[in-house]
Amino acid sequence: MQESKRPLNIVVLVKHVPDTQFDRHLSGPGHTLDRSESILSELDEYALEAALQLAEARGGQAAGNMVTALTMGPDAAVNAVKKALQMGAYQGIHVNDAALAGSDAAATSAVLAAAVRHAAGADHGLPDLVMTGMASTDGETSLVPAQLAERLQLAQITFASELEVDDDESGTAVVRARRDGDSFSETLEAPLPALVSVTDQANDPRYPNFKGIMAAKKKTVTVLSLQDLGIDPAQVGLDGAWTTVAASAPRPPRSAGTIITDDGTAGVALVDYLAARKLI
Amino acid sequence: MASVLVFIDVPGLPLPRASRELLTIARSLGEPAVASPRALGDDVLQALGEYGAGAVYEPAQALPDVLVAAKAAFLAAVVQTADPAAVLLGNSFEDREVAARTGIKINSGVITDAVAVAPDFSVTKSVLAGSYTSTCRVTNGVPVITVKANSVEPVPADNPSAPERHRLSVPDSGPAARVTGRTEKRDSSRPELSEARVIVAGGRGMDGDFGPVEELADVLGGAVGASRAATDAGWIEHSAQVGQTGKTVSPQLYISAGISGAIQQKAGMQTAKVIVAINKDPDAPVFEIADFGIVGDVFSVLPQATGEIKKRRS
Repeated sequence: MQESKRPLNIVVLVKHVPDTQFDRHLSGPGHTLDRSESILSELDEYALEAALQLAEARGGQAAGNMVTALTMGPDAAVNAVKKALQMGAYQGIHVNDAALAGSDAAATSAVLAAAVRHAAGADHGLPDLVMTGMASTDGETSLVPAQLAERLQLAQITFASELEVDDDESGTAVVRARRDGDSFSETLEAPLPALVSVTDQANDPRYPNFKGIMAAKKKTVTVLSLQDLGIDPAQVGLDGAWTTVAASAPRPPRSAGTIITDDGTAGVALVDYLAARKLI
Repeated sequence: MASVLVFIDVPGLPLPRASRELLTIARSLGEPAVASPRALGDDVLQALGEYGAGAVYEPAQALPDVLVAAKAAFLAAVVQTADPAAVLLGNSFEDREVAARTGIKINSGVITDAVAVAPDFSVTKSVLAGSYTSTCRVTNGVPVITVKANSVEPVPADNPSAPERHRLSVPDSGPAARVTGRTEKRDSSRPELSEARVIVAGGRGMDGDFGPVEELADVLGGAVGASRAATDAGWIEHSAQVGQTGKTVSPQLYISAGISGAIQQKAGMQTAKVIVAINKDPDAPVFEIADFGIVGDVFSVLPQATGEIKKRRS
């Protein structure tokens, strides 16, 4: 059975983001994020794990499958790719260009679209699957996956909590996924090539083990500039953005209010508090 | 006056609060028009008119399986016909994806998570999980803005309008996923978490029993939320999760029960107007941001509050 399945070419988007365990700050003329103390976005690990499982079910790298970790960002962003390689990605691509700083979602999706095509290789045009996390833990807009799907004209399944790739009799493969909403759960199906974003319910991402960390040192990370991708620097960065941030300010810290210790009547005190503020 | 297009993806009545909020905001910016990806009944049209909608755009043929690709193709077509000054959508995952794809189709910037839109279309939004507020603008194309629920008080128009119906044929939206099955979950009587004005949330301290949380939520007409510890333990469905990897909520009242309030949870609820916290640990971080805190046992405080509210109403 397994031998008859054709290998998959999967590109996983990974992002180097400030650790959410620490306070985060906006600064500079573009109100951009301070990116010291950054890590591979926790939510991207689920996408990578899902990609590795799909590739392994088809015989892994030896059977011709490919799992590429792709990032875009300054020099330090390569750390997100390295972590992905340690977890098991087969190769990495890092789009790095000074002109990219301050890019918004539209510009980012344009650059990533070009990089995904590059990753797929000249004869393919598109990989079978582009996989992403459900959101970045810094920008939190969730715009990039949908914009990438639009630019590459990929079928799109977002927020998958389960997924599988199936080959039908005619040899065409489809991706099937489950998605859970507030009041419903649905199953979806899309033809390949497709873009799939996965939630933190999809799997338990593996930790890089010693073998993985050593093996990652031998894996290739290709660095691409905007020129390599044929993108005009004026179309990206703060200047090429379609949105601009005029001002930003830390939210005034919430101060602690009244704290009481339950003496057996705290439930009534709570109702008094809510009634006084017309909340009931 | 320029029109402001509101994308409303709801077939029925009563109009959800989030849709009424969008129409109220649109009216403060220009003349509201509505893009609906499904054909609407006359009664829905009338309800939209009560909130000032002057024109309603529908697809000429039913959209295939109505997933985001087709909805974005439809919305982009409406923008080209109606030539609005801005496009407003809700802030649900799906609405944001429709906004994202529409933005690419019409070469326009997209701003998500708006809490206010000024007459010059500058947008106030909270970023970094509510720890910063920023003001931003779309500088290219027609501003496409997704607005969080509970941003304004919905108000009907002084003079209801009779919306004019327009039908548009929708271009092919390219390859798309299709829905192959759908199961409704039980108990949809509670409001949606992201739209609820009152949320009662439980965490590790509920120790497997969400009954007291649900009873207080129901007597307050609110939604039930949970920390990641509670959803990971399987005490309540994952969709109830509030926090960094769950939903970000800004209700009028957030009651946190048995949740320590670590940074991951705080990220999802710190923009609530009033925060009440109940935890038996006096050192729980949640007390640092609570307007009213009770150091005590959730299993005695919650039922007592529920009973007291019922008593005062009887």
